[in-house]
Amino acid sequence: MLIELGITFLNTLRDVAPIVLLIAVFQIFIIKKSIPHLKNVIFGVVLVIFGLTFFLMGLEQALFPVGELMAKQLSNPEFITKTYSGSLTDWKAYYWVYIFAALLGFSTTIAEPSLYAVAVKANEVSGGTIGTLYLRFVVAIGVAIALVVGTYRIVVGDSLATYIMVGYVIVVIQTIFVKKDLVALAYDSGGVTTSTVTVPIVAALGLGLASAVPGRNPAIDGFGLIAFASVFPMITVLGYAQINDLAIYFKKLSKN
Amino acid sequence: MILKLIGNIAGKLKTSFFDLLPIIVVVLFFQTIVLQQPFPNMLETLVGLVFVVIGLMLFVEGLELGLFPIGENLSYALVKKGSLFWLLSFSFLLGFSTTIAEPALIAVAKEAGEIAVKSDLIKPEIESSYILGLRISVAISVGLAILIGIWRIIKGWPIYYLIIGGYVMVIVMTLFAPEDIIGIAYDAGGVTTSTITVPLVTALGVGLATVIEGRSPLTDGFGLIAFASLLPMIFVMGYGMLIF
Repeated sequence: MLIELGITFLNTLRDVAPIVLLIAVFQIFIIKKSIPHLKNVIFGVVLVIFGLTFFLMGLEQALFPVGELMAKQLSNPEFITKTYSGSLTDWKAYYWVYIFAALLGFSTTIAEPSLYAVAVKANEVSGGTIGTLYLRFVVAIGVAIALVVGTYRIVVGDSLATYIMVGYVIVVIQTIFVKKDLVALAYDSGGVTTSTVTVPIVAALGLGLASAVPGRNPAIDGFGLIAFASVFPMITVLGYAQINDLAIYFKKLSKN
Repeated sequence: MILKLIGNIAGKLKTSFFDLLPIIVVVLFFQTIVLQQPFPNMLETLVGLVFVVIGLMLFVEGLELGLFPIGENLSYALVKKGSLFWLLSFSFLLGFSTTIAEPALIAVAKEAGEIAVKSDLIKPEIESSYILGLRISVAISVGLAILIGIWRIIKGWPIYYLIIGGYVMVIVMTLFAPEDIIGIAYDAGGVTTSTITVPLVTALGVGLATVIEGRSPLTDGFGLIAFASLLPMIFVMGYGMLIF
């Protein structure tokens, strides 16, 4: 376990190294000034490195084995036939998989560190009107919906491109009708949802499901869940902004 | 003093624990009630959970102390210097250098190489150069994405024109790109933004929008990550069309 901890630590260092190098070169040769509160900043970076090391290490110990095992067990034909009497090709046979996907998407997104970072910044610049927990909640709902739709698509075998395109069209339509101040934040919410916590389990779920459903090829149909998880949070955050707009509109209306 | 410190840490640990509570509940519910399986390696799982909670707490602390100030300070210093060239070079290099070594990208690229060989799109001899080419094209695309995103903040262009334009490109390219690369291209957008890059890039963008007159940190400061998830899709599909 100590060895694993060491390896994870070295891996994190390797990820941080290019950034530290780049920033150091720019600070020394181009800006030619040291960072204010340098000691605090270095301490902060050390905390981030140690934090990520423990976080990743713990995930590998605790969450990934169980999550992957569960993803496999839930899409196992033996379990499916026990809970559903119809045919294995029927999309309804996999209802536990959909429920699992939704809860998994929601709960892993709440714990996603990069989403937390964006939520903190959004809260700061909005003067507190966008609560950190609120944004994370709305994004997590988006990922939950994404994984349900994504697993359903794997089961029925529809084209990935069609679903993604429909998602884009919805985003575009929402963008036209929303007040524009939250649009950039909504677009960013798509990219931050899929990192450390979510990706490994979601990938296992997609591949497990694609090999369990008759007629699906894991190499082709197993992909795409991550892509879904980047589109749907945009839709829910834009939706949240629209509901806000409506609330303000009705308030004005009732005043007049 | 020490008591206060301990109380402080305990409070932060509690917050991290509550962030993880949903996962714990979901896993427990499915394992014991739905699947009705015994829990494998109970002790290891518990130790792992303690690690996750501590790690998350340290990360959150370090974020406010280290990564956010670095990003903000850089944006102030580069704007003060007044050199557009260095600001844009920095943006490109930041995107490029953090992506080229990204483990998630390496894994996806390797898988893409194997699939391409299996489906006879490329000869087995060129598999490794194909994989490297894929990684380089994604890294260049993320570098360009940050550069374009920073350029947009400076110019104050509305983000939706650029992003919607990007979507239209993705849709058009999907119609022409080889089928086997589409799934990988779509997923490539999601794997490029790591846990360290996101806070840094966000702080950089928001910092810039704060210093540049007439920009709103909320409306203009965000959006860099959106570009970094969009451009790789376009580049990977373009790469596929070039190679095959």
